Amino acid sequence: MMTKRNMWLLAGLIALILAPLGQGNYVVYTLCSWLIFSMAAMGLNLTLGYAGQISLAQSAFMAIGAYTTALLTLPPAEDGVGGLGLHWLVAMPISVFAAFVVGLIIGFPALRVKGHFLAFVTLAFTTLTFLVLRNEDWLTGGTYGLVGMPRPDFGFFNTGKQLRFYYFTLAVFVVFCLLMWGIIRSPWGRAFKALRENSIRAESLGVDTRRITLLAFAIGSAAGGLAGSLVAPLVQFIEPGSFALVHSLKMLLMVVVGGAGFFFGPVIGAGVVILMPEFLRFTEGYYLMIYAATVIVLIIFCPKGLIGLGEIIRNKLRKDKKVRGDMDKGAQL
Amino acid sequence: MLEIKDLYGGYGKITILNGVNCEIHTGAITTVIGPNGAGKSTVFKAIFGLLNVHSGAINFQGKNLVGMSPAQIIAEGVTYVPQGRNVVPQLSVYHNLELGGITAKDQSMVKRRIDEVMEIFPALREHQDRKAIDLSGGQQKQLEIARALLLDPKLMLIDEPSIGLSPNLVKEVFATLQRLRDNGVTVLMVEQNAKAALAMSDYGLVLELGQVRMHDKADVLLNDPRVGRLFLGGSMDEE
Repeated sequence: MMTKRNMWLLAGLIALILAPLGQGNYVVYTLCSWLIFSMAAMGLNLTLGYAGQISLAQSAFMAIGAYTTALLTLPPAEDGVGGLGLHWLVAMPISVFAAFVVGLIIGFPALRVKGHFLAFVTLAFTTLTFLVLRNEDWLTGGTYGLVGMPRPDFGFFNTGKQLRFYYFTLAVFVVFCLLMWGIIRSPWGRAFKALRENSIRAESLGVDTRRITLLAFAIGSAAGGLAGSLVAPLVQFIEPGSFALVHSLKMLLMVVVGGAGFFFGPVIGAGVVILMPEFLRFTEGYYLMIYAATVIVLIIFCPKGLIGLGEIIRNKLRKDKKVRGDMDKGAQL
Repeated sequence: MLEIKDLYGGYGKITILNGVNCEIHTGAITTVIGPNGAGKSTVFKAIFGLLNVHSGAINFQGKNLVGMSPAQIIAEGVTYVPQGRNVVPQLSVYHNLELGGITAKDQSMVKRRIDEVMEIFPALREHQDRKAIDLSGGQQKQLEIARALLLDPKLMLIDEPSIGLSPNLVKEVFATLQRLRDNGVTVLMVEQNAKAALAMSDYGLVLELGQVRMHDKADVLLNDPRVGRLFLGGSMDEE
């Protein structure tokens, strides 16, 4: 017996499998980056939509993931910046772990106080990361960045071709979604969402909300690291500008536009932020204006994000059902 | 089982508890009464590790709870039901119960305990898939008490269980607490509704200005004119 939700998920998965078929390299590349940014945004959603904290460091965590993966997978060089020549399967967990640990380290002091402190600290951290990447050229290649990261080869499945890399990304995406789903639906995940707003309630059950908020932030950061670890072999060229503050803001936009606090909200948001510019290409110079106006209209009329649209329509038809009432006014940025 | 010795504590620099001394009778219901601001709820917070204790000791089964985190204190067998509505409205009854065991390492034990607790509260089993917000006020209080029982506590601290409930439901909640006592749980309760609470308790404890002024059998307190005066705004020392 299949539930309605599972039917939708299956339909979505089939659509994702069929999407790149018969498309050119560029379209497939765009789809890849959609999936990758979806993962980063889903991680940020854990911080913003579930923990209610604003992080502006998701691009910095992507940078940590991307540079770690690049340095570990690049072949050793005679001169200039070289790597260790390890397989992606080895490099990826290390990259994710690195982002997780850095997340813990910067989240620990920032989450001791409430309010917008995490936003400030992460803003500074993103700027700092950018400067380190640009200035420490013995390690990071400076403004020239790192070039030629190999795409993973699994023997029977070489991801060198764009379409194959897409399916590889899709597989990682599916596993990632299952893991995130497991985290959110575990008793701890549920407790976290239920208790974060009421400290007495949480305390009476022995739950230290500060500690789980930190953990949520670190897991969200690790998701950024994973995304970075995929960006390196996708683009095969990384430089500091790819991970500047504007990209953190973009990911924040993805979460809010898609629907903060909804599991697949960020996937839809990432779709809008990454794919809409492609669709609006024909408008040439007006693209940014149309884009900005759309986002503003959306935030005014649909603060829960695009995924909330369906719910608004459903509520018009049937008034009794309410999902995530706490997100009525959006994520309260 | 629970012994409080020279307990001083408060919020920031303000001291609320000025040397609380008492020994709580095991396997009985003790009601803490006293005028507003006497430190009733504050004592609970101190026992449960939510208060900055300046000095003194809280010995529970031979261990000093001062300095332990709420999670550790729960593991020692103390549970706390705060004032007001504490169910998570958007979660189901079952998932609310599950939260009661969130600090336990063994989650299969939690599942078993949920089953046992629902044995005690059949209404909760009947509504286990409903959202907590859809329960009546009385059932929500039952759910809170059930949730607090999840890790099989020896001592339950319950703060103002009668708030917001109709007299009939208050009776029901009190009856539930008596049933818990009969099953060996020691209950320490703070109640604004002093008369009704003392009438169903075994012992009473009068707190004034952060000190224990009286600690006696509940019916003794119930008939003591000084207790009545205390609640009319006077002090116990007036003649």
